[in-house]
Parts: sequence; C-alpha cells; structure tokens
Amino acid sequence: MDALEIARWQFGITTVYHFMMVPLTIGLGLVVAVIQTVWYRTGKPEYLRMTKFWGKLFLINFIMGVATGIVQEFQFGMAWSEYSRFVGDVFGAPLALEALLAFFVESTFLGLWIFGWKQLKQGVHLACLWIAVVGSVFSAYFIIVANSWMQHPVGVEMINGRPVMTDAWAVFTNNTALVAVPHTLFGALAVAGGFLLGIAWYHLWRRRHDGIDTIGADGKVIPGESRIPGRDKADYQIWIRSLRIGAAVAMISFAGTALTGDLQGKLMFDQQPMKMAAAEAACHDGTGFSVLSVGNVGSKNCDDVVAVIEVPGILSFLAEGDFTTEVRGVNSLQDQYKADYGTHLPDNPIYGERAGQEIEYVPVMEVTYWGFRMMIGFGGLAAFAALVALWLTRKGTVPASRGLMRIAVLGILAPFGANATGWIFTEMGRQPFVVAPNPDPSGIDQVFMFTAAAVSPGVSAGELLTSLVVLTSVYAVLLVVEVKLLVKYIRGGVVSAMPELAHVPVDENEDATPGPGTGKPGGSDDVLAFAY
Amino acid sequence: MELLPTIWFIAIAVLWTGYLFLEGFDLGVGMLMKLFARNNTERRVLLNTIGPVWDGNEVWLLTAGGATFAAFPLWYASLFSALYLPLLLVLVALIFRAVAFEYRGKVDTDRWRAVWDWAIAAGSFVAAFGVGAALALTTTGLPLNANGDREGGPFAWFSGYAVLGGLAVVCFSLVHALAFLALKTDGDVRHRARRWFVRLLPVLLLPIAGWAVSVQLLSGEAWTIAAVAAAVVAAALAWRFGRSGLEGKAFLSLGAFLLLGSVSIFGAAFPVVLPSTISPDFNLTISNASSSDYTLGLMSIVASVGLPLVLAYQAWTYWVFRRRVSAAHIPEAHSFLPAIAAKALAPKD
Ligand code: HDD
Ligand code: HEM
Ligand code: HEM
Repeated sequence: MDALEIARWQFGITTVYHFMMVPLTIGLGLVVAVIQTVWYRTGKPEYLRMTKFWGKLFLINFIMGVATGIVQEFQFGMAWSEYSRFVGDVFGAPLALEALLAFFVESTFLGLWIFGWKQLKQGVHLACLWIAVVGSVFSAYFIIVANSWMQHPVGVEMINGRPVMTDAWAVFTNNTALVAVPHTLFGALAVAGGFLLGIAWYHLWRRRHDGIDTIGADGKVIPGESRIPGRDKADYQIWIRSLRIGAAVAMISFAGTALTGDLQGKLMFDQQPMKMAAAEAACHDGTGFSVLSVGNVGSKNCDDVVAVIEVPGILSFLAEGDFTTEVRGVNSLQDQYKADYGTHLPDNPIYGERAGQEIEYVPVMEVTYWGFRMMIGFGGLAAFAALVALWLTRKGTVPASRGLMRIAVLGILAPFGANATGWIFTEMGRQPFVVAPNPDPSGIDQVFMFTAAAVSPGVSAGELLTSLVVLTSVYAVLLVVEVKLLVKYIRGGVVSAMPELAHVPVDENEDATPGPGTGKPGGSDDVLAFAY
Repeated sequence: MELLPTIWFIAIAVLWTGYLFLEGFDLGVGMLMKLFARNNTERRVLLNTIGPVWDGNEVWLLTAGGATFAAFPLWYASLFSALYLPLLLVLVALIFRAVAFEYRGKVDTDRWRAVWDWAIAAGSFVAAFGVGAALALTTTGLPLNANGDREGGPFAWFSGYAVLGGLAVVCFSLVHALAFLALKTDGDVRHRARRWFVRLLPVLLLPIAGWAVSVQLLSGEAWTIAAVAAAVVAAALAWRFGRSGLEGKAFLSLGAFLLLGSVSIFGAAFPVVLPSTISPDFNLTISNASSSDYTLGLMSIVASVGLPLVLAYQAWTYWVFRRRVSAAHIPEAHSFLPAIAAKALAPKD
C-alpha cells in the first residue's frame, strides 16, 4: 500500500468510528432533553429516573465522540496537507465556525448540566442541556456544510488554481447540505430510537424473568415490586415508556430519512450522476432500479450484472421524480468524464508515483451498490422491528421469550449500520475525486480535486502506517472498554445512575430523590455520583 | 501591511494563549494526579476542580487549530504535516486523557483507577509537551521546502527548541495548576499547593523564559524585549502574592505572565508564521499563507460576536462552580452500586 491508500484507510476508519458515537450523542441528547423537560413540567419521579439513566449512558458515549473528534480536526492538516492547501479558503471556515459556535457551546453547557444538578435552578439546569443539544445540531450542520462543499462545490471562483470563496451565503446554504443535515439528524434519531427500544425491552424482559411483573388473566401486565433497590412499580413505568418512545422515534425517523433521502437522490443525480449510476450498478442508460442484482457487480464490464428483480421506473423516480426519464449508465458517463477531465492524471509531481496513470472514473461498485442497499435496509429493518415491538407489547409488557429479547438488543446495531454504510456509500461513491466536479448545470466548472493529489507530500508511508496502526488499536481497545461500561450500567438499571435510590426507602407516594437545588438530605452526593 | 491577516495572526495568538491559560491548569492538575495527590480522596478533589470545565478548555485547542486552517491554510497544512508523529502522540494522549476523566470512577477497583490515573497524568504530560514543542517550532522554524513540505524524514523537526518548548509548557502547566489548586480547594490540599507553588515557581518558569529569550535572539524587537521584562515582573508578583497567601492575585499575576510572554514570543515571530530553516525564501508569512480577505472578513465578523460570547458563558461556568472543593465534600465512591445491581440482576442460569 502506498501513502495515499493508507491515508484513505485511516480517514475512513477514524471517521466511521467517530460516526458510531456521533449519532448516539445527537439522538440520545435530544431524547434526554425532551424527557427532562417532561420531568420539569410534571415533576413525576419516573421522568427524573429516566433522565438520569439515559443521561448516564449518553455521557459514557459522549466522551468517546469528543475523544475521536479531536483526531478528525487535526487529520486534514496531518495527512491531507495538499487538500488543506487547496480548499482552505472555503473549507476551513465551516470547520472553525463549528469549533467556535458549536463545540464551545456543547462542552461548556454539558459540563454545567453534569455538575450543576444542585448549583443551578431547575429551569436553568434544563436549559443548559437544551443549549448543549442545540449545539450538537449546529455542529452537525457546520461539518456537513464542509462535507457538502466537497460533494458540490459552490460559492467560489478559481484564482491561481485554487478555489477562493466569493459567496459565503451560497456555501452555507448549499442545497446538498440543506438536505444532508436533516437526513443525518433523522439518522441520528433512528439510532437513539433503537437504543431505547432494545434496552427497555431487556429490562421489561428481566422483570418478567425475575417474576416481578406477571401477566393477569386478561393477558395484561401486572407490575410488581421487588425489594432490590430501584426495582419497584415506578421502574416498570420507566421501561414501558422508554420502549414506546424508542419505537415511535425509530419509526418517525425512518420516515424522515426516506423523505430527505429521496431529495438527496435527486440532487445526486444532478450533481454526481456517476455516483447515482454506481449506486445502481447501472451500466447502460435507462437501467431499472434493481432490488437485487447478481453477477459480478464490481466488474467494470457491466454485461456480467443481471438484475434478478428489477422494478422499472423507480430509478427515474428517485432521480427525477417521474417514471420515464432515462437514467444514464456508467458506460456513457465514463466517456463524458474522460472527455471533461482527461484520461490520465497530469504529469505533475503533486500526484507522486501516480502522475500520468490512467484515471478510473467508476467508483468501487460493490461498495456503492451494497452500501446504498444496506443503508436503506438496516434503517427499514429497525423501523419494521419497532412496529412489531409496539404490537407485541400492546398488553403492557414484552413476551417472555429470551430469543426475542436477544433480537431486540441486537437490533440496536441496525441503525448504526445504516449510518455507517450511508457515509461509506457517499464518500466512496465520490471517488476518484476528493472534491467532486459537478457537471453543468448545477456546478461551477473546473472546481475539483483528485484524491490522488490530496495526500501530504512530505509525509512518508511509514508515518501514515504507524498512525493507522496506533489509532486503530487505540480505538479497538476503547471500543471494548466503552461497550463493557455501557453493558454494566445498562444491566445495573436505574440505580446505577441514581445510587441515592438505594439509600432512601422508596415508596410510591414520596419522591425520594430530591430535585435539583432542593438540598434535601440524601441529595448531597448525588451530583458527584452522576458525574463520575 | 495587510490588515486582515494581521488581525487573524493576533486572533490565533489569542486563541493559543487562551488555550495555554485554561487548559494549562487542567493539564497541570492532570499531571499532579500522580505527582501531588497522596490518596484517592485527594485525587478526587483534584478531579473535581476541573471536572466541569476541562472539555470547554480543550475546545480552545480545537478552535485554535480550526482558525489556523480557515485563516492560514498553508500554515495549518505545513505545520501539522511536518509534525506528523509528535501530533499523533498528542492525539493519543488527549484521547486517553478525555476518556480517563469519564471512565475512572466507573469501576470500583484500585487497579482500574490506577490505570486511568496514569492515563490522566501521562496523557496530560504528553499533550502539554507536544503542544509546547509544536508551538516552539512554529516560532523557531522547520525544514520546509518551497512547497511547504518537510524535508529530511519523519524526525527532521527534532531540535533543542522542540525540547525547550515542550518543557516550557509542561512546567508552566504545573505552576499554573498549583496556583489554581490553591485557589479552588480548601484544607490540606490548598495549603500544600500554595507551599509547592512558592517553592517551585522560580524553577518551573525557567524553560518558558528560555523559549521567550531564544525567540528574542532570533527575531526580537525592542517592544517584544520589553514584554519579556514585564513578564518577569509579573512572575515576581505572582510569587510574592503566593507567599502572602493572596491566592486569587497570584493566579491572575501568573496569567499576566503568560499573556506578556506570549506577546513577546508571537510579537517577535510576526509577520512570519512558520519560518523555514532551509531558506528564508520558503518562510510562511501572514501574506503568503493566508486566506482571501473575503474569508478573513467573514471570519472576523463571526469571531467578533462569537468569541466574547464564549468568554462570557465560560466565565459564568467558573462563577457557578466557584465554591472551593475539599476532601470533606468528597462522598463515598458510588461505583460499586452498579456492580451490586448488575449482580442482583444477572441471569440466574
Ligand atoms: C439511520 C440512518 C439512515 C437511513 C435509514 C437512511 N439513510 Fe441515507 N444516509 C445516511 C443514513 C441513513 C447517512 C449516514 O446519514 C448519510 C451519509 C451522508 C449523509 O448525508 O447521510 C446518507 C446518505 C444518503 C444518500 C447520499 C447523498 C449524497 O451522496 O450526497 C442518499 C441518496 C440517501 N442517503 C438516500 C436514502 C434513502 C432513499 C433512504 C431511505 C429510504 C435512506 N437514505 C435511509
Ligand atoms: C462522519 C461521517 C463521515 C464518514 C463516516 C465518512 C467516511 C469516509 C470514508 C469511508 C472515506 C474513505 C473513502 C475512500 O477512501 O474511498 C472518507 C474519505 C474522506 N472524507 Fe469522509 N466521511 C464522513 C464525513 C466527512 C466529512 C464531514 C468530511 C469533511 C468535512 C469528510 C472528508 C473526507 C476526506 C477529506 C476524505 C479523504 C479522501 C478520500 O479518500 O475520499 N468526510 N470518508
Ligand atoms: C470529518 C469531519 C469531522 C470533524 C473534523 C469533526 C470534528 C469533531 C471534533 C473535534 C469533536 C470533539 C469536540 C469536543 O471536544 O467537544 C467532534 C465531536 C462531535 N462531532 Fe464531529 N467531526 C466530524 C464529523 C462529524 C459529523 C459528520 C457530525 C454530525 C453529523 C459530527 C458531529 C459531532 C458531534 C455531535 C460530536 C459530539 C461531541 C462534541 O461535539 O463535543 N461530527 N467532532
């Protein structure tokens, strides 16, 4: 592998990893903020417990998002210095604004939320969480503006061979970003929905398994009490509500991703037709949408690809909103790209060993074809599972089956998978460009950069390999630690986030857990217990 | 002279100074977890002083990096790629440190805590050293060719200045943390921190003084040399205040020392942002490394609203958590609870 390939692997691995944490941060943050708001409004103790339990898991995950995000911020300069030089004038701004306007807000107000349970008034404390959550949405917006500019460069003029920003409004309202942001936010909510659903299912199942909840003659649940701290009747309420909230969020957010994804498809057809064709492994103009293709999808010779189930018209609809437009295939697009951007990389030292090599304009089709389907498939699976879950729990609790419980827990992974494959599809479908040229009419001519030119010329393959190995191993270790901690706190249930439940006898009529700022005995240490 | 690039040079110097001021004490507190704290309770006192604020402080680093990318993309590209391996170390250090703060208390065994205490202490040390080395090298130079790329292999950046800068930030962070602990804690920790502060300050400020002086020798001017002199006065004041038990004033004087020191260093480097040790023709300066005036203008507008806002709400955070922390406030560790609860809930089969 040469420096370029290592750098690409590294970027892909570190970013996909970062994006395991990010959607859970965004999605769960929103959910916890809503739950705490309900607690603030109603004062019902179950909502406080939900806030604390889900909040604790949120924090365990949040920190990993922070830790891996720092790598992202540095990586452009370290491994992609030519890229940074080329795009800096337009691309650096959203990155800097993300730090200045979003990360500061998130980190500061989250610190206040974590440690401020007692120091702040209830309303102010709640506001801090909301501000932090809005900060994370802004962070998503800014970073996607940056990414969208690589997909669809706007608002610039080429001066001395570099794009120079001339219209910030165009950059910050790039239509690619305006649809990618809601799409990604819905994707994040899908992750949170599946997370709530799976974990709440586990706890409801445990309560049945341990004989706390029983089923009455009418098939309805009879919530019971156990003497173990935290496993009272209120505990039942927490899990059934979390399950329903999770299922609703999962279904709504799938609908959201589908609607916005459809808009993205239309833009993609306009802006990066090659990506669209590759997403379908559509070689000839006018190929239909295939649900399943066999044959060697990756071979550049498309005659091997045979669509097993082809639905005519769908592809045109995805692309243009009607059922008749012929969507162009890879073959004819390739000729057009060759005519527009050359058949060989220029003989310029910036391309290193690759100078003068033939350019491959077709992205790796196995990846784009299956990436696209897995994104939609995993998301749809999660939404379908949520629907089934609502039906199965209509009598108030989950079935006693251990197998179903395992499926629900495993299902937590599906939306994560959809997010990862979505990004892999988006980013690899853009190859061989790092800044993709957009053919008329939507783009500005001649603003593009080949990935082969983007890597740092002064950095050796050895250095890159070192960092790839180091970062991947560190990430692997930390993933194990994070998952172990999450599992531990999930199994511990609400008490693990609220040790005070174990100190003070809890009965249904009394809120044993002092609210923020009340200073009741028993509450003196709950802040620190929550923070650490 | 170009106005906007100059403003942004100053803005980036301000961001780095803000970073060193704020994260300075939390990196120092991190190192003191091993050097100063004597038992678990004291370590938790230390952690509690920075718990609510360390992440906000770290964002100063991200903002300094991001602003450099936006305002001087060529500076960002050359500096970060030339220092590839040292920055990788900084990243790994920051990753472990961040995770350690959150995860340290999550399992109740001595071994678990010991592992993360080391991660905090060593992570803080490596991050401080690496950032210091990088900052020193951006003022003293790297072997860059005409394209701004490093010549001479992965370790070509290594020089005495790297070590000096690394030590400078490590040692400054330590004194700054002692001043901070004296201000933020109570009881034994407070008194010991103050004693250490008075005793160690003269030694610990030597490396940063050495860096400031070397930059003056390379490219100093009368006013930047005056700033060095003023910094020395501020350090002396900090020491006096520390000895008389005026902890707030000692902390602020040390802040003034940092500010003056960084004025002297960045002022002397100006208008070069990254000198090339191969040829002055390859120097990156505020004119040949900067973004367009349009971009800089946009960033100026946003920063002039955003930065004061950040300062305001971060200051408010310190106000909210102004109460001194002491061993008496540290409750029993609770992390055993999830363990018990998990056991109680564990499948019986
Ligand atoms: C839970 C996650 C999730 C789900 C259920 C979906 N997606 Fe998605 N998709 C993403 C998560 C995602 C993503 C990770 O968020 C991506 C990567 C980049 C982006 O903006 O969103 C993405 C990218 C992405 C793109 C590429 C945009 C581009 O290249 O510029 C298209 C065309 C779609 N999606 C379309 C869809 C459609 C039609 C869906 C449903 C029917 C769908 N997505 C469901
Ligand atoms: C967080 C979600 C993202 C994921 C999961 C993701 C994923 C990937 C993957 C898998 C690659 C490797 C593609 C290949 O080498 O073929 C890649 C490349 C790259 N991406 Fe993204 N990406 C994300 C967001 C971004 C954003 C927001 C930016 C810019 C702000 C960006 C910039 C780049 C760059 C510079 C490369 C390297 C060049 C390349 O190989 O294409 N990515 N990304
Ligand atoms: C490759 C491009 C990316 C870069 C350079 C980047 C940078 C960062 C950095 C530096 C942090 C840590 C902030 C801190 O310490 O507080 C972070 C965390 C985060 N990022 Fe990313 N990120 C990228 C991709 C994304 C994407 C695509 C999204 C959203 C869709 C996103 C949203 C977030 C969120 C919500 C966090 C949570 C932690 C936090 O902000 O503090 N990031 N990112």
